[in-house]
Amino acid sequence: MSAGSLALERITRRFGEHTAVDDISLHVPAGRLLALIGASGSGKTTTLRIAAGYETPDSGRVLLDGNDITALPPQKRGFGMVFQHYALFPHMSVGQNVAFGLEARGIGRPQRRQKAQNALAAVGLESAIDRSIQSLSGGEQQRVALARALVIEPEVLLMDEPLSNLDPTLRQSTRDELRAMLHRVGVPALFVTHDQEDAFAIADMIALIRKGKLLQTGTAEDLYDRPASLGVATFIGRSTIVPAEDIGDRVGVTIGGVRRELAATRPDGMKGKITSPLVVLRPDALEIVSDDPQAWKGEVINRRFTGGSAVYRVKTADNVELEVASSRMDLREGDSAGVGVIREPVPVVSKE
Amino acid sequence: MTRADNKRTWIIAVPVLALLLWSVVYPNVAVIVGSFENGLGHWREFMSSPADREALTTSIVISLASVVASVLIGVPLAFLLSRFEFPGRRILKAVATLPAALPPLVGVIAFLFLYGESGLVTRAVQRLFGMPEAPWRLTGVWAIIFVHAYTMYVYVFLFVSAGLDRFDTTLDEAASGLGASSWHRLRRVTLPLLTPALAGSMLLVFMTSLGSFSAPYVFGGGIRVLSTQIVASKLNGSMGLAYVETTVLALSAVAGLLLFRWLEGKRKYTSSGKGAATRIILGSQRARMIAAVLSILTVVILILPHLMVVLVSFARDGRWTTQVLPPEYTFDNYRRLVTEAALWKPIMNSVWMSLIATAANVVVCFVAAYLIVMRKFAGRRLLEILTALPWAIPATAIALGLAATFNRNDLLSARVLLVGTFWILPLAYFIRNIPLVSTAVESSLRQMDASLEDAARGLGASWWLTMRRVILPAARPGLIAGALLAAVTAVGEFVASVVLYTHANRPISLEILAQLRALAFGTAAAYSVLLILLVLGMTLTARSFEERIA
Repeated sequence: MSAGSLALERITRRFGEHTAVDDISLHVPAGRLLALIGASGSGKTTTLRIAAGYETPDSGRVLLDGNDITALPPQKRGFGMVFQHYALFPHMSVGQNVAFGLEARGIGRPQRRQKAQNALAAVGLESAIDRSIQSLSGGEQQRVALARALVIEPEVLLMDEPLSNLDPTLRQSTRDELRAMLHRVGVPALFVTHDQEDAFAIADMIALIRKGKLLQTGTAEDLYDRPASLGVATFIGRSTIVPAEDIGDRVGVTIGGVRRELAATRPDGMKGKITSPLVVLRPDALEIVSDDPQAWKGEVINRRFTGGSAVYRVKTADNVELEVASSRMDLREGDSAGVGVIREPVPVVSKE
Repeated sequence: MTRADNKRTWIIAVPVLALLLWSVVYPNVAVIVGSFENGLGHWREFMSSPADREALTTSIVISLASVVASVLIGVPLAFLLSRFEFPGRRILKAVATLPAALPPLVGVIAFLFLYGESGLVTRAVQRLFGMPEAPWRLTGVWAIIFVHAYTMYVYVFLFVSAGLDRFDTTLDEAASGLGASSWHRLRRVTLPLLTPALAGSMLLVFMTSLGSFSAPYVFGGGIRVLSTQIVASKLNGSMGLAYVETTVLALSAVAGLLLFRWLEGKRKYTSSGKGAATRIILGSQRARMIAAVLSILTVVILILPHLMVVLVSFARDGRWTTQVLPPEYTFDNYRRLVTEAALWKPIMNSVWMSLIATAANVVVCFVAAYLIVMRKFAGRRLLEILTALPWAIPATAIALGLAATFNRNDLLSARVLLVGTFWILPLAYFIRNIPLVSTAVESSLRQMDASLEDAARGLGASWWLTMRRVILPAARPGLIAGALLAAVTAVGEFVASVVLYTHANRPISLEILAQLRALAFGTAAAYSVLLILLVLGMTLTARSFEERIA
C-alpha cells in the first residue's frame, strides 16, 4: 500500500442558492485518521463525497500525494468507501460482495476468493464468506463493508457515519477495533460523524464544520481545551459560558457578585485585547467546594448520577447555571453549594 | 387468537373457499376430465392433427417473441426516461403507457386502420412511391408480434420503471467506488437487482400473449394458435378436442409460469432506497436535437392508433374504400349508437355485466383479502392460491371450462345451467378479475398496522364495529382502485366473451367485431372510442386512489 496523503484545497460546492461546502481545506497524512464532525446539514457528507469523487466541487482541488485528482471519476480513484447504510449488494453473498472490487479489476476467481477470505478474516468474519447479506446482523454488515473497502488495498479510506447504525454496546467495542485496524492499514482515512464521542475515540484529528465552513482542525484536546471560537466551544463537550474581562494572561469572572481571576488560554493566533470575551467553564474544571471563600454560591437545581461522579447544575443568585462534575455524591436538589475552579487555564473565546 | 375468533374465521372462510373451488377450480378440472372422456381418444386426435401441433408451436413462439420484443422496447425506454433528462422527456413519459388504455380488440382494429392493406399508413406509403399494390400485408406471425409488442411493452416499461425508482442508488455509487466500469455496474449490480421486476413483467407478457385471441383472429390469415383452435373446435361441436386443446393451453401457461418464476429465483430484496438517482442531462446541442426529434417521433407512433380510431369514428360507413383518408365525416355513428336500439343494447349489456361482476368481486375479494392478511388459519395458503389461480389460466381456457361445466342443471354434481343465459358472462368476468381485486385489497390491508384490530377490540369494540370502523376504511383505497380496474377490464372484455356470448347478451367487443365484418368501420370505431373513454376515465380515477395507498 502506498503511503500517500490526501488534501482538499479550498473546496467550495453550491447547490443552487445554498452553499453546502464553503472554502474548506483539509490535509490527512498517511496513517492518520481525520474525523469530520458537525450537525446534520453542515456539509460534512458533501465534503466526503467530493473527496470520493461522487461530487465535483465548483472550485478548489482534491490532491492525492500532491497530484490533482479533482476530475478523476470514483471508479478510477481506488479509494475504499464505507457507506452509511453500508450499500452491500443484496443479491450477492458476503464473499462476492467483498470480492467485487477485485472482480472489477479483472482478478481471477480463485485469487479473488483467497483475498476476500483474508479480508474477512481480518474483520473476524471468515466463516461468513458464503452467507447471504440479509442473514447478517448490523455489526456484521458493518464489518463486511469495511472488508470490502479494504480488500482493494485502497489509497485512501473514506467512511460515512460508520458507527451510526450500531447499538451502543457494539459501538464501544467497534470503535477500538476500527481504530486499531485503520492504524494497521496505514492509509489516510477520513470519516464523517455527527457523534463527537465517536470522533474522540477513533480519530487522530478532528475537523469541525458548521454551515459549510471549517471552524477548527486539531486534536480532540485542541478543540476541547483551546476552542477557536464560541461555535467550537458550544459544539464540543459541555460547558457553562460566562462573560469575562480580558486582563492579559488572565481573565476576571464575576458570578453572583463574587469575582475570581483565572489563568486563560486564548485561541491560536488571537493577539491583543478580546473585545467581548467569554470564558468557557467545563464541568470537569469545576468542583463543589465547602471552604473556599472565593467560591461561587448557589443552589443545586439538578443532580445526575454518572457512575464515578455526579453532575450538578448549580444556579447562582444572578441566574447563571453552572454545570459541575464532582466526586462528591452527597448533595441533593435544593441544597446550597459552593463552586470552585480546580483546573486552569480556562479557554476564552470571543463573542460572535 | 381466541377460540371464538377461530370459529368466526372458519364461518367466513368456508363459504368463500367453497365459492372459489366451485367457480375457479371445478370448471378446469371438468375440462381435464372431459379431455379423457373416451380414454386417450381425444388426445390421439390432437397429436395426429397437424393443425393442432402447428397451433401449439405457433402459440409458444409468438408468446416468447412477444416477450423478447416487449423487453427490447420496454427496458431501454424505462432506463431512458428515469436516468436521462432531455427535451421531450415529459411528454414521452406521459404517453408511454397509453397503449395499455386500448382494450385488446380496439388496439387490433386501430392497427388495421393504420397498417392494414387499406390502412392509412400503408396507402400513404403506396401513394408516395407510386407502388402498384400495398407495400406490406398485416398478416401472419409478424403482424401478431407487432401488435403484441405495441400493447404489451407497457407491462415491462411499468415494472422496470418502478424497479428503477426503488433502486438504491448508493449501491451504484459503492460499485463505482470499488472501481467498476459503467458496463460492469449495469451487468453485475443494476440488472440483477431489476431481475424480479423484469421476470414479473415478462411473465405477464407471456401470459397475455398466450391467451391473446383478437390479434391472431383478425390478423392471423392462415395462422393457427391454440386460442383460435379452441374456439373453432367448439364451434364445430368437437368439445372433446376443445378440452384437450384447452388443457394443452393451460399446461403451456403453467410451463411459462414455472420458467419465469425460476428466472426470478429467490431474489426478493428489501431495499433501503434513498430516492431516485439524479438524471443525467444530455449536454451537447446535437444530442439534445436528436433526442427531441426521436421523442416526438415515438410520441406520434404511440398515439397514432388512438387518433386513428377517433378519426375513423367520424367516417361515414361504407365510404372509405381506396382513399388514403376517409372522404366523408359525420356525427351519425355516435348518434346511431344512442338512438338505434340494436346498437345501444351491447353498451347496456357490457355496462350491466361489468357492474354485476365487479360487485361480486368487491364482496368476495374483500373477504378473501381480509382472511389472507389478517387471519392465521389452516386454509390461508389454499385461499392465496385460489385467488391467484385465474391469473395463471388463459381466458379462453377459463371460458371453455365454464362452457363445459355450467351447461346443465344437476344438483348432484353442483352444476347449474348458465350457458346460453345472461349470467354466464358476468361469472366469467368475475373469475378473471379475482386476482386483480384481491391483490389491490391485500396491499391496502398490509399498509395497516396489524395491531389496530387488536387495539379496537381492546377498547371494547365488537367484531362488527371493528370491521366497519377500522378494517373497511383501511381497505377502501385498494377496494376502489381494484373495483375500477376490474370494471374497466370487464367492460372491454373480448377473449372469454367470444366463447360464451349469446346474441341477447352480446358485449361491446363482439358488436365491434360484427360491425367490422359488415365493413361498418365508422360504427366499429365509434364503439371503440366509447370504450377508450370509459377505460381512460376509470383508470385515471383508479390511479388517484392507488396514489392514496402509497
